[in-house]
Amino acid sequence: METSAPAEALERLAAVSRHRLDYLQTIQLERALSRVSFEEAPGFSRVKLAILASSTADHLVPAIRVGGLRRGLLLEVYLGQYGQYRQELLDESSPLYQFGPQVLLLSLGAHEAIAGTPLTTGLEDADAGLQPSIDELHMLWSKAREALDASVIQQTFLNVAEPLFGSYDRQVPGSPARLVARLNELLSEAAAADSVLLLDLARASEREGLDTWFDISRWLQGKLEIAPQAAPTYGDLAARVIAAQRGLSKKCLVLDLDNTMWGGVVGDDGLEGIVLGEGSARGEAHLALQRYAKQLSQRGIILAVCSKNEPSIAEDVFRDHPEMLLKRSDIAAFVANWNDKAANLELIAKQLNIGLDSLVFVDDNPAERARIRQSLPMVAVPELPEDPAKYVRCVAGAGYFEAVAFTAEDVQRAEQYASNASRQASLASSQSLDDFLSSLEMTVIAGPIQEVDLTRSAQLVNKTNQFNPTTHRYSLEEVQQFVGSESCLALRFRLSDRFGDNGLVSVMILRPDPEEADVLDIDTWVMSCRVFGRQLELEAMNVAVELAKQRGIRAFRADYIPTPKNRVVRELYPNLGFKPTPDAPPVEGASRWILALDDYEPRKTYIAREGS
Amino acid sequence: MTEQDILDLFTRILRDLLGDDSIVLTMDTRRDDVDNWDSFTYVNFIAVAEMELDVKFSVTDVESFENVGAIVRKAQALLA
Repeated sequence: METSAPAEALERLAAVSRHRLDYLQTIQLERALSRVSFEEAPGFSRVKLAILASSTADHLVPAIRVGGLRRGLLLEVYLGQYGQYRQELLDESSPLYQFGPQVLLLSLGAHEAIAGTPLTTGLEDADAGLQPSIDELHMLWSKAREALDASVIQQTFLNVAEPLFGSYDRQVPGSPARLVARLNELLSEAAAADSVLLLDLARASEREGLDTWFDISRWLQGKLEIAPQAAPTYGDLAARVIAAQRGLSKKCLVLDLDNTMWGGVVGDDGLEGIVLGEGSARGEAHLALQRYAKQLSQRGIILAVCSKNEPSIAEDVFRDHPEMLLKRSDIAAFVANWNDKAANLELIAKQLNIGLDSLVFVDDNPAERARIRQSLPMVAVPELPEDPAKYVRCVAGAGYFEAVAFTAEDVQRAEQYASNASRQASLASSQSLDDFLSSLEMTVIAGPIQEVDLTRSAQLVNKTNQFNPTTHRYSLEEVQQFVGSESCLALRFRLSDRFGDNGLVSVMILRPDPEEADVLDIDTWVMSCRVFGRQLELEAMNVAVELAKQRGIRAFRADYIPTPKNRVVRELYPNLGFKPTPDAPPVEGASRWILALDDYEPRKTYIAREGS
Repeated sequence: MTEQDILDLFTRILRDLLGDDSIVLTMDTRRDDVDNWDSFTYVNFIAVAEMELDVKFSVTDVESFENVGAIVRKAQALLA
């Protein structure tokens, strides 16, 4: 009991830390974290971190600890006295040495380094003026390594200089803005030479704007160089580097296909119907994600695909679509099937022989993301925005793939994984879906198609290719006739879950058999692929059987007519308890099925009924 | 927001910043009345108050607030 309770508390706090937190929430979470004692912390790496700063940095400590928690690090933090970084590092009897950090973060401002350089200085003199500061850093870094036995992370300099000449600043060697920019260049070279890691604050402030990072009021009031509102981001940046250093960065990007890698649903829209590539902003947005994935793969990140699709249809896009930037050979593990994605991610990790905690799962569908977060909390799941234009920013901004080196092995890695994985392309793995389905809190509104449903119903009948056993197409007027006919049963199903209303996602049209009045033929049954794997087909059949029995119907007849796209429903009718009949439709591979309604056992589902 | 709403918010903020749930701020509370409310925590408190209320105090104001009530009244004026 006593050993497991803190571990559980830690897991809970880590789950909270994965959300976007503002400054106050960060402080609150850190407060909770500091109340837990960490005798037992399985799955977390403990690291002793010292921060030495030339400005006030007290407000960064909680943020760094929370950033660490998010990345599997339990950070014990020592913060040096304000502005005393030289003294503490050089005096081996200082509290810093008693603390004994494994990592030292140096957070220094540029003021001192540029203070002595006159505005009139020339190019070479400007460098000479900055050099003593760089030399001092070399000295402090080697002291940290040799005497303190700590690895060093050096923060790049925040360029807070206001324009003096305006755009011309860059051409004046001694202008403050140009000096800080130059200082950062010299720092980068020096750090590379000494194998010191950088925390690139200068880059981050360019990306997000200096005003996000620097607040002159806070500087004047308390010498805070980093604004409190930026502390959570700072903490995350710092934690990324520390985590990367410990091999905790992610290794593999797992991509969904439909509406993630391209726009649309290939199973329904066809190869020609998906939106990808130049000429459409939406198509270019999806292409941009592919381009980013390709770049990641070139730097050694493994790519995988996890998609609910017919494998052959999915692979065809890679082979045949002219706008596809990613090729099948870029994908080290390719899993397209109708199984649960949690099981598929486990399969991918196994195929690639990496941990589940090395995966980043990118999927546009919030239900799939929730499923993974719930059943595989160690997998990183970015909360993808609805707008595909923002996909790359979302994935890149989260810093999953932070690196501390770039080697020849990195370049070869993706290839090696791809060949390993293709050797063991086998699967079959199942995991209990019950918790997930139950957590979706699904409700269905089921019943006859109403006037307002007609347009959507006709659209679904005409657009759906996958869950469509007969692929009969009907115009809006024809659907209207079925709805108006006494002898037909034309049903529609709207599915909601805790993420919202999925809308009208399934239509079933049953027509009377011309010879037997008490038999209904399932002429058309379509379902949107958005809701595959949710048991809606079971609940829909429950509803159809109930309503038909009320009308004195004895049996359902149903055909399966195969097309290149509807393989997903090949086993639909036998799975629902239908029996094969000998008189199949005259199409190769087609089959005809019959269900005696009295024999039908209503299926148990996690879908509640609501209204009609 | 009423005076009391802002006081409650300020109390919650300072409790989190100082890790002390026994703090209760009134309009008359001065910094000296609260243990550990040092100059850093004061700047930090002002920063969080600005973020939570979406207002910005001038450096002149922040230096001249004599008690919590003065901060509350200024916040109300900025929110009005």
